[in-house]
This record gives sequence, structure tokens and C-alpha cells, in this order.
Amino acid sequence: MNSNSEKLSHAVFFALALSSISALVLITVFILVQGAPIIAEIGLFKFVFGMTWAPLKGEFGIFPMIVGSVSATIGAAILGVPIGICCAIFLAEFAPPLMRNIFRPAIQLLAGIPSVVYGFWGLIFIVPSIRDHLGGPGLSILAGSIILAIMILPTVISITEVSILALPSSYKEGALALGLNRWQTISSVILPAAKSGIIAAVILGIGRAIGETMAVIMVLGNAVALPESVLDPVRTLTTNIGIEMGYAVGAHRQALFATGIVLFVIIMVLNTTAQYIARRK
Amino acid sequence: MRLPKKYIPLSMAAGIKKALALACCLSLLCSCSNKGNLSVIVAGSTSVQPYAEILAEEFAILYPGSEIDVQGGGSSAGIQAAETRTADIGMSSRHLKESEEAVLHSFEIAKDGLAMIVHPDNPLDNLSLDDVRAIYAQEATLWSDMGGNGHKIHLITREEGSGTRSAFEELVMGTSVISPKAIVQDSNGAVKQLVSNDRNSIGFISLGLVDGTVKALKLDGSAPSIENVLNGTYNLHRPFIFVTSDEPQGEAKEFIDFVMGQHGQELLAKEGLIPPEKGD
Repeated sequence: MNSNSEKLSHAVFFALALSSISALVLITVFILVQGAPIIAEIGLFKFVFGMTWAPLKGEFGIFPMIVGSVSATIGAAILGVPIGICCAIFLAEFAPPLMRNIFRPAIQLLAGIPSVVYGFWGLIFIVPSIRDHLGGPGLSILAGSIILAIMILPTVISITEVSILALPSSYKEGALALGLNRWQTISSVILPAAKSGIIAAVILGIGRAIGETMAVIMVLGNAVALPESVLDPVRTLTTNIGIEMGYAVGAHRQALFATGIVLFVIIMVLNTTAQYIARRK
Repeated sequence: MRLPKKYIPLSMAAGIKKALALACCLSLLCSCSNKGNLSVIVAGSTSVQPYAEILAEEFAILYPGSEIDVQGGGSSAGIQAAETRTADIGMSSRHLKESEEAVLHSFEIAKDGLAMIVHPDNPLDNLSLDDVRAIYAQEATLWSDMGGNGHKIHLITREEGSGTRSAFEELVMGTSVISPKAIVQDSNGAVKQLVSNDRNSIGFISLGLVDGTVKALKLDGSAPSIENVLNGTYNLHRPFIFVTSDEPQGEAKEFIDFVMGQHGQELLAKEGLIPPEKGD
């Protein structure tokens, strides 16, 4: 009787766990089935490194979009990561409990804002500022990077903070006992010890940025050309799917799924790297 | 601003609607004495969609009990849906290709002008068609090349697959291609919004959607207006077409007759569209 109910609960939980995995399998298989034929037809090299995207003329090159994704994401990392890490250090090491209790939920709230709201705010506020003060059309890598930098803050801050707080308190106590001041303790003991957690935080933040779609459709300008400066518009892999899926049929539609495959591979590599680094001690 | 409902997957929405209509039909079977009560599905160009919706509303008032279901999806998807009979009527805002014309019945319901729009503060009033082509091919990159100020021209275009874009390519670009550096927006509304905020930008939208927030340029000295399209001096216009794979029958035929008739045409004219050529 007892072992029966145990078996039953085991089976139920196993089935439910399986259903979440099967969603992953289903999506992966579907994307591959839809997208792989066109990659095979065009050739992987020509698809990934092709410079021209004109789906109605049968030209499918996504290299400008890979450059777009990478440049917007690097921009977001340059702007967002230092702020995020400093904020996490402040919360873990400096902030009095009251302030910590205000900051943490506020940062969580940042993660809860829908991305379309970020995009709209960027379009109304950031894009005109860039256009008026720095020139260019405003819709640009810079605008996208600023929005993405804000969007990755919650990920970077919370994972960095957790990995700092997870350090044994003896590290800090020992350092202070040896006469190091607070900043020396942080820079020479705590940050090196929490390094793997911080790197994982950065990589997961980058994964968040590279997968973002709605917000960047609105502020990046979506031009399919190699950018010459941060004030030029670009298109990312995600926005390519988002902006054209409404009309795409036939080979065009397959090419959008193929774009999805490339994106999928990039994000898988990033996540695997993050997990590998986080586990390494 | 009319936002297209184009993110609804066409076939799925059609399937659900069909299933619902079927369910309704079955449940009403005993009381229902009308001829086939399945709804007529009209799908395709997001440029035609808002007008088709207005027509469908009026048609529903005139023919109570009828059901016209209007969906987006884009011109190519609409034509394909008509070919595969997923939709009863496909909507296109571009000329049909020869291969399409061979297998489909087409009805030009109206013409729509395309307007080249710039910021109201832009000193230019007039461009030639060649100028527009040079601008979009980025052979000319500064407004001073066109007699304006020395700023860079910010090009705004529509996404691949859009009927408005293919009409522009066909009518203006010819064999040239739109520069890949052009900013891409995915609706008439977004293009208008951007141009109204950026002094150095240029874009193209449906003539019927031009308002005071942007300035519509003359082309070769001819202002974008219904009169000038009709008298042949303004050449930037495209047809709005309904297509069916068979000779339309039943409610689909009634709807097309209504649209092509005086009442439907008056409605379209009131919305700023241009009457089709007779005998087309």
C-alpha cells in the first residue's frame, strides 16, 4: 500500500517532469525540421556568412544580423555589467539592511517590466535623445544597447550577489584580521573567490540580451547592413524573425526558422559555458 | 493609427474560426433554414485589411445573418490562401504575377496612392521619381543633393514581404534595389510616426493615411491626390485586388458584388481610396 502510493507519486512526478523536457524536444525538433532544409539547400557557410538578405529574390545571408546581435549585446554588456557588478557588491557588502530591503525588490521589479514597455520607453525617450544630441537617425546600436543594458541588470545583479553571499564568512574575516581595509578585502579576496559566479552572471545576462526581441525591434532600426558606428541601425537575429514572420511564406518562412536555429545554437553555447564555469571551483 | 492584426497565424485562426462556424451551424441546424451559413473568409494584404473590415461591417448591416471574416497575413499569403482555398477571398495590394493571374479570378476593388513623406519642417516640396530612386538606392545620401540642407538622409522602408514595399519597388526602384542600410519598420503607422519625429527622414505610406504630422511630397511636380492619380499625372499608385480560385459563388459573390457596386465604391472613396479603372 505504502510502496504503491510511493510508486504512484514517483510516476506522476516523472510524467510531469517529462512533459517539460518534451516541450524542449518538441520545439527543437520543429525548428530543425522547418529550418534545416533551407540551410542544406543554400549551404551553411553561405547562409551564415552571406551579406545579402533579400528573401523574395532568394538571397538568404544572415551575417549582418549576426553582427547586429553581437554588437548590440556587447554594447549592453559594456554598459550593464560594470553597473550590475558594482550594484551587487554594494548590496552584499556595503548596504545597510534597510536599504537592501528596498533595493532588492526594486531590482526584481525591473525584471518584471514587459519588454514592449522597455521598447516603447526607448523609442519615446532614448531614440530622440540620441538623434538630437549625437546625430544619426536615433534608431541605433547605442539605443538598443542602453535598453538591453537595463534589461540584463536584474540577472547580473542577483546572480553576482548570490555568489558573493555564498562565500564562507571566514574569507572576509581572515582578510580583515590581516589588516586589509574594506576595498582591499573586496578587490583581492571576495571578487577573485566569487569569480566563477560573476562570470556565469555575465554570460546569462548576455544570453538574456541576445534573445530579446520586442524591445529591440522598436529601437534598433532593423536595417540589414553592417554597421559602421554605434549610431547606425542594425537588425538582430531575433528581430529578423519578429519583423518578417507576419508575411513570410515558403522558403522565406523556412529561412526565418533557420535564423532561429542559428540563434538557438548561440544561446545553447552561452548557457552551457555559463553552467560549466559556474560549476568549476 | 491602424495596427494590422498580422501576427495571428493565418491558417490557425482560419481553422479555429471555421471550426467555430461549423459548430454554430450544427447547433443551429434545426432552426436554420438559410443556405449554407459558413462565414466567408477574406485574408491577405494588411494594407487592404482595414478597408475590407469597413466593407464587411457595412455588408453585415445590409445582409443580416451573413458573416465576413477579415484577416491579415500579407499579399503573398492572401493570394496563396485563395489558391489553396484556405480563404474564400484573398486580398492583394500588389499586381498579380503571371503565374498567379493564370489560375485566379481577380477583381480590382480600388487603387491606393503611395505618398512619399518627409518631416513638415523639410524645405523640399517636390522630388522627381529619379530623385526618389537615387535616394533609396543611396546614390544620393545628403539632403543638399536634392536642394535641401546638408544633413544625411535617413531612409525608412518597409519589411520584405510587405505589399507596400513591393509596390514601391515595382513603381519606383525598377531594377535598382533599396539600400540595405535603410531603416525597416513593419507598418504604415510606424513609418509615419518615425518620419513625423525625424527632420531628416523620408518614407512612403498609403496616400489615404497621410495627415498633418507629415508632409507628402509632390512627384515630378504633381501633388499626391486622388484627382492626379485619376488624370494620370501622379503615377505612384497600386491596385487593391480581391482574388478567388473559382468563379465566386454564394455569399462570397454577394460580398464581391457589394464591394464592386455603387455602395461599396462610395464607402471606399470616403476612406480616401481611388476608384479602379473600369473594365479591369
